[in-house]
Amino acid sequence: MSVRSEIIAQFTQVAEEQDKHLAPLADDLELVNSGLDSLCMAVIVARLEDSLGVDPFTAVESAAFPVTLGEFIEFYENAAK
Amino acid sequence: MPPSDGGSLSDGIAAAGNLSDRFVSGIEATVTLGGLVGGSSLGCRAEGLRGRSVLVWTRDQLTAALALIELDGIARRLVLCPSDFSFEHLPFLVDAAAVDAIVSDLPSLGPDLSGVATFIKCGPKIVPANYDRGVRLRTEWILLTSGTTGQPKMVVHSLASLAGAIESNGASPSPLVWSTFYDIRRYGGLRIFLRALLTGASLVVSSTEGCMADFLIRAAAYGVTHISGTPSHWRRALMSPSAHRLAPQYVRLSGEIADQAILDHLRSFYPHATIVHAFASTEAGVAFDVTDGLAGFPAGLIGKTADVEMKVEDGSLRIRSILVADRYLGGQAKPLSGADGFVDTGDLLELCNGRYYFVGRRDGVINVGGLKVSPEEVEAVINRHPQVRMSLVRARKNPITGALVVADVILATPLATLNGHAGKLEREILQLCRGALPRHKVPAAIHFVGDLPIAPTGKMVRQPCVTSS
Repeated sequence: MSVRSEIIAQFTQVAEEQDKHLAPLADDLELVNSGLDSLCMAVIVARLEDSLGVDPFTAVESAAFPVTLGEFIEFYENAAK
Repeated sequence: MPPSDGGSLSDGIAAAGNLSDRFVSGIEATVTLGGLVGGSSLGCRAEGLRGRSVLVWTRDQLTAALALIELDGIARRLVLCPSDFSFEHLPFLVDAAAVDAIVSDLPSLGPDLSGVATFIKCGPKIVPANYDRGVRLRTEWILLTSGTTGQPKMVVHSLASLAGAIESNGASPSPLVWSTFYDIRRYGGLRIFLRALLTGASLVVSSTEGCMADFLIRAAAYGVTHISGTPSHWRRALMSPSAHRLAPQYVRLSGEIADQAILDHLRSFYPHATIVHAFASTEAGVAFDVTDGLAGFPAGLIGKTADVEMKVEDGSLRIRSILVADRYLGGQAKPLSGADGFVDTGDLLELCNGRYYFVGRRDGVINVGGLKVSPEEVEAVINRHPQVRMSLVRARKNPITGALVVADVILATPLATLNGHAGKLEREILQLCRGALPRHKVPAAIHFVGDLPIAPTGKMVRQPCVTSS
């Protein structure tokens, strides 16, 4: 499974588990408008660390926090390289 | 009953009577109390320990029991080292407790102990005592608990505070045999040790060396009727096929939160036993017993207990009673109780429908994005699942919320035979949590594990909480 498809899968699953209405997932979707709150994002980051083996938020020092879904995916793709 | 004022432990045991039929049994030997009360396990060298500060450090619990019985009333101070006591702390203890004699069954004590004048070897062999016990001293009993600085904390008790409010067995038709999973050199075990010996019962002590199954078989062979341990001890015991060999009349839990699942499990496993859970701590002593088979305790208990005063302040239970320890030992030690004499137990309570429930320890709280979670309250929910035998909830660092909670779970079914059911069980357990807990308390992940570590205290090993508030 690619990094992109894994991230999309986790967004969808966590939204379902947490009973959140997920906005259509496009690269320019701003994360704050995704329908997911910080607890959902925290769970997604933890699950991605398990499945992809990376946590770019702690691995990369002083990284700019991704604002859109596209940046979020790119953030993980760069860390997974 | 406890010995009258001024009496020693040995006097109290003798006063409880029936010495020839009663015994203390360990992994290597069994000693009748008749031989013990008039005998010596120290080669009659106890007289030389009069008025001294004596550190008792033995591998074998029975050997420690015999030395403590002999030395109470003779030594000025007894420092009780549990089985996991480490050599590295010995110089600190010798200094802080002014130890001038050591009683041990160990072949060598390693580091330089030139400051200690006397070393006496002890063992389970009893010889007739040829010395006069003389005037009884009020011996200080020093119990060790884990401190935050790495050095053990030394809690000062007396025989009166340790043995206070012990109920007599009444008119029991048959002899009682007590046992405990605890090390008798820790508070929970020491209370059982004293309770058995001062109320006319016998005692089977545990061993850190044997496995759980060996201990259960030994306890069953000696006809144990009354037995105590932490909820973790009991969860472990119930996973052993040998648990069926016991037929206790009385099962006691203390030292950790007894959740409804373990109480129900014990009730169905030992249908003829009285199941009791108690609140106690080394510093605060025993506060109360709960006998209705339900987790938590009735709110009305506060203010109603005869010997123990309780109050809830800042969410935690505070206790004042004659069973509270006297003080911590050591120059830098903080006061053990507040100015009003109440000990803050650090155990957090939540009131729900007229009943108080323990939710966890103040120093164990996990902070999930500013919201607090006690691991124990999540474990209590996970443990309700019929396939779960034991669980440990811990913090996992998270860049968004600081921490999340995750759970390690032991299932009734061996991991190797799950055959693809792991995903289904994980979903069921999470569903259970979502139905009973706010979102931030639901584990972000469930890991099925084969074992969970239990500390020598009998409690689950919990990681230091880096994110507690």
